[in-house]
Parts: sequence; structure tokens; C-alpha cells
Amino acid sequence: MNTSDNQSNSGGEPPIVRFANVTKRYGELTVLDSLDLDVSRNETISIIGPSGSGKTTVLRMLMTLEEIDDGIIYVDGTPLTHMDKGGKLVRADSRHLREMRSNIGMVFQHFNLFPHMTAMDNCMEAPVQVLGLKKEEAQARAIELLQMVGLEDKMHQKPATLSGGQQQRVAIARALAMRPKVMLFDEVTSALDPEVIGEVLNVIRQLANEHSLTMILVTHQMGFAREISDRVCFFYDGKIAEQGRPDEIFNSPKNSRTQQFLSAILETH
Amino acid sequence: MEHYLAFLHQYGPRFVDGTIVTIQQTVFASLVAIILAFCFGLMRLVPLRTAQITATIYIEFFRGTSLLVQLYWIFYVLPLFGITLDKFVAGFLSVGMCLGAYGAELVRGSIQSVPRGQYEAALALNMSPAKRMMRIIFPQALLIMLPAWGNLLIELLKGTALVSLISVTDLMFQAKQTNAVTFLSVQNFGTALIIYYLMARLVVAPGMRTFESFWARRMGRG
Amino acid sequence: MFEWKWEFTLEILPRLLQATLNTLMAAGSGYAIALILGLVFVLGQRTSSPILTGVIREIVEFIRSTPLVLQIFFLFYVGPQFGIVLPPWASGLIAIGLHYGSYLSEVYRAGLDGVPRGQWEACRALNLSASRTYFRIIIPQALPLSLPGMGNYLVGIFKDTPMLSVIGVMELMATANALGSETYRYLEPYTMVGFIFLAISLPSAFGLRRLEAWVKIKSGIEK
Repeated sequence: MNTSDNQSNSGGEPPIVRFANVTKRYGELTVLDSLDLDVSRNETISIIGPSGSGKTTVLRMLMTLEEIDDGIIYVDGTPLTHMDKGGKLVRADSRHLREMRSNIGMVFQHFNLFPHMTAMDNCMEAPVQVLGLKKEEAQARAIELLQMVGLEDKMHQKPATLSGGQQQRVAIARALAMRPKVMLFDEVTSALDPEVIGEVLNVIRQLANEHSLTMILVTHQMGFAREISDRVCFFYDGKIAEQGRPDEIFNSPKNSRTQQFLSAILETH
Repeated sequence: MEHYLAFLHQYGPRFVDGTIVTIQQTVFASLVAIILAFCFGLMRLVPLRTAQITATIYIEFFRGTSLLVQLYWIFYVLPLFGITLDKFVAGFLSVGMCLGAYGAELVRGSIQSVPRGQYEAALALNMSPAKRMMRIIFPQALLIMLPAWGNLLIELLKGTALVSLISVTDLMFQAKQTNAVTFLSVQNFGTALIIYYLMARLVVAPGMRTFESFWARRMGRG
Repeated sequence: MFEWKWEFTLEILPRLLQATLNTLMAAGSGYAIALILGLVFVLGQRTSSPILTGVIREIVEFIRSTPLVLQIFFLFYVGPQFGIVLPPWASGLIAIGLHYGSYLSEVYRAGLDGVPRGQWEACRALNLSASRTYFRIIIPQALPLSLPGMGNYLVGIFKDTPMLSVIGVMELMATANALGSETYRYLEPYTMVGFIFLAISLPSAFGLRRLEAWVKIKSGIEK
């Protein structure tokens, strides 16, 4: 069982994401250990912790990039990793996964933009191919999003001509083009040169402040996490060691591991 | 030198005829090889046991035996099972099937070389496996495999020389015929060698390089 | 397979196995020649004379771009035109040696290029002679990189030995042809030849992959 309060949501609204007793193993190694985690609608959560603590695995499992070993993940009340078959819960088939996946969007550490497509085409690709949008519609949506991330003047350029920060902003626009309910950010600034980190964080900040979007971030940017999060979760050894409001976690961490981690990280910044 | 020019004047037309047949054989064999390479290369990647095993059998069999043995088998043994092929067809089919096996490994390897992040991004955007392969993975895999395909096509061109052994009247066949008549081995086989060389170096290699740069530019790399 | 005659197969097996031995010896000898010629070709492209380098480069390209079977014919028939008479297997082996030597020169080149530049510079700084540099420092590092290619071409030579049948060398394919024309039965000889090739090349290819992995670990390229 995880410590202290599991959810800090307001009211009795069901969580938009729920990890119920989720376990993930890689061979002998247990990466996530009976994890319970609830995320409320429109909540912004930051997940911090040392490498190997399972942070990225949480995101990857939610995005169905990894399979679950034990437990169930729910998205907006419906099981993600399992499906209802005649009243019983069985492992989800690919069709169910595809249906559920449309609720989640992800931005990757290494951007993963499609190199053979322009920024605009990158953003249009999935709406056209997956959602069946007409080209004009998808284009309008892409332009709107690229404007929002400040890259409309680059929309006809291919990723190779863009800086890391610019590519990551296109990646954010691309994920948003699918209008997911939950956005996942997997260490999205870790692969960036310091001078372009700010422009990406600005976009994320804008998203958190101006849009109703549930956001889960795995990050090492402590200052940023503190600034925009509703809740911070500190992961250690596949479990949530401590979670709470940003000022609680950063100013007065209760768990000794949290304290160790924070002092080590903050020393080098 | 004048000897050689006289020789070319007299026997040149035969070599031209032979070259045309060689070109035909090469073109048809290439089509066979490309189709088989993509079919079986993709079959190796599909998460279906039977498909994978079939593809592996095809690839290992045609890579493990020599083209000449396959050629003879198709031309001399298949008729015993009721399948009699015209020698021209038997020729390019054998060459195509043999080199298609090497091509299949190339296709498979290239697709697996596309960075995993591309696959994950496409999955995250909820693209179906087919759309993912066709629009994202494959275009990038093609760029990776083109240089090696250039080499493969040259091997294919060289392989067609063997069809002369089942009496297809290609360049090699004409060279042998002319040699049997004139006994001027240097001129006969030398000319044939030069023609093959020119086809490989001045047609196939530059052609592939042009296609490579074209595709690289489309992929945003050039 | 309804016409397959097992007694016939057993009858012809001894001859086929003998031919297999010939084939293996031919392949081995051809490979040995190719190994040496390959070295000559690659070193010839690393001389200080641009003319020599260029000429050798063109020769290697020429050999690699033209069919082996044609080269075999060329060497077999050209000799007598100038009074040099070589037995068929000799011209065949020389042709194979030249052909695969040019392939191997590329493999060697890739291996040599794969050795970090700093190694050459260190040898220079330590004033090592050219032969010491090559034999004690560079080649031991280039070898693991080249081994996969070298192994592949050994299997390749073995599979190309049937081409020698066209100039009368009694290797496996030629023996099958002979059996076929003697007995008018082609099914069993040709199929057995196919099996024998598979029986030798598949385990070899597999063994080579294992060897490749082992060498990579041993030479410190991979843990």
C-alpha cells in the first residue's frame, strides 16, 4: 500500500487515470511494485525520482507501449489494459487498446518526429490517417497548434532543419492534434541544450495554465515541477515513496529518501 | 587494334543481341527479386508463426544453395513433377528467387534498423499497424536499404550469366558461341567482360545512386 | 516424390560424396588463394603512388562487377591462345582466387578502416616499422571486424564451385550431371546435390554467426 493520501482531488469525481495495484517486471527486476495512483481530471502531476525507479514505465504503460504484469489501469472509468468480455475482465485485445489509446497523447524525450515530413505534415498525419479528418480540417488544426507553440513560420520545414527545442515543440503540437484527454511528457527536456529548454517549458506552462488538460510529467526540472504541478509524486524502487503538494514535497519532505534525492539534485543546480 | 575493330564489326551484332537478352533477364529477375524480397522480408516480421517459418525456409534454402544448382533443378527436375518452364522464364525466375532471398534479409534488417522511437511515436498517435508501416517505417527503411540494393542488383546482373548454361541466348551464351567459331578467346570473352562491366558501373551503379539521392532528399536528409 | 528411387540414391551416394570432398578441397584452395590475393589488392590500394592505387582499384572493381563464370571461361580459354595450357582446375581456382580476392580486399579494407585513426598515430609516435605496425597492432584489431565477411565468402566460394563444372572440373554439380546423362535419372542426383549443399552451408553459416559473436567478445569490442 502506498503512503499517505493517494488522491488530492476535489469532490467525489472519479479519477481520469487510475493505476490499481499495478506491477511490471522485466525478468527478475520488478520495476513497478503494486502501484496505486489516481490522477484527477485536469490535474497536473509531476513524477520525480532517481533513474530506475519506474517513473518512465508509468507513462509507457499508460501509453500502451509496455504490457502490464499485474493489476489494472483505468482511463476515465474504463479499463485500459483489460476489457469486459461477457462480464469478466480479460486482457485487452488490440482493438480495445486502439479505442482506449485515443484518450492519451505522449511527448517523448527524443521527440521522434517523422523525419520525412514537414512540421505541418507531422501534425496532420495522425488526424488524417487515424481520425479520418479531411485535409483542410487537419491543416487548420495543425496551423492553430503550431501557432500556439510559436512555430508557424517553420511549418513547412523538415525536422532536420529545426533545433531540438523547436522539434520538441512540434512534437507537442503533434500530440495535441489528436485532442487527447491526458497528455504524457516523458523527460521532454532531458535531451535538449540548456538554452532551448525554456521555450519548451513555456509551452507546457501555457498548456497547464490555459487549457483544461490532464498532464502527467516525468521530469528532472524541479523548479518547473514545483511551479506548475498540482501534485508531485516521488518514486523510489517502483513505488510512490511520497506524494503531495509541491510546497510540501520540496520544502518539507517527510520521507528520508525524498530528502536524499532532493538534496542531491538541488545541489547540482 | 584493327583486328579487334574488324572482329567487333563482324561479330558485334551477336553481342548486341546477347546484351539485349541479358538486359531482359536482369529486368525480369529484378522484378521477381524485389517482389519476393518485400513479401518474405515482411513475412519475417509479422507476429504470425507460420508466416515467419515459411519466410525463414525460403530465405535459408535459397541462400544456402547455389544459383547454378537451383537453375538446373528448376529447369531439369521440375518437369519431372509436371512443371515445365520455358528456359527464358526458368532463367529469370531462378535468378530472381535466389537473389530475392538475400533481398528479404536486407528488407527485414532495414525495417528493424528504423529507430524504435518512430514506431513508438506512430503507436502513440494511434496509427494502425498497416498505416504505421506504409507511411512511417517503410519510407525510412527504404533509405537505409538502398545502398545494399545497389550491390544486390549488380549481383543479379552477374547471376544472369548463368542462364546461358540452360541455353538462354544471353551475352555470355553469345560469347561462348562466337568463341567456338573463332577461337579468339581474348576478344570474345574480353568483350563480354567489358560489356558486363559497363552495364554494372555505368548503368546500374549510377542509376541506384541517383535514386538514393532522390529518396534522401524526399526524406529530408539531402 | 513418387518416382524417387532409394536404391538408386544409395548407389550414387559414394560418387557424390567423393565429389563433395573434391568440392571442399577446391573451395578450400580457392579460398586460400583469395585470402592472399585479397591482401595484395588491399595493400596495393594503400600505396603512396596514386597511379598504382588507381589502377589496382579499377582492376578490383572490374573483377567484382563481372560474372565469375565468365572469368572462369576467360582464363580457361585465353591461356591456350597464348600457349599456356593450364589444367581446368588450375584456371578455375585462379579465377575463383581473383574473384573472391577482390571481394575480400573490400572486407579487409572495411576492417582496416574500422581501426581507430589514433592507433596508426600511436604506432608512428612509437616509431614502429610498417610491418610491426600492421602485423602486431593494426591487423589484430582489424581481424574481428573482417571475420564475418571473410566467413561469408568462404561459404560463398563453396556454393560457387559448381561453376567449375562448366570447364570440366569434376566437382559435385558436374558429377550429378554425369550421373544424370549416364542413367537418364536427374531427380535423385540433383536433389541430393541440393541437400548436400544445404547440409554443409547451413551449419557453416550458423557456426559463423557464433564465431562472429565469440570473436567480438574476445577482442573486447563487446562485453
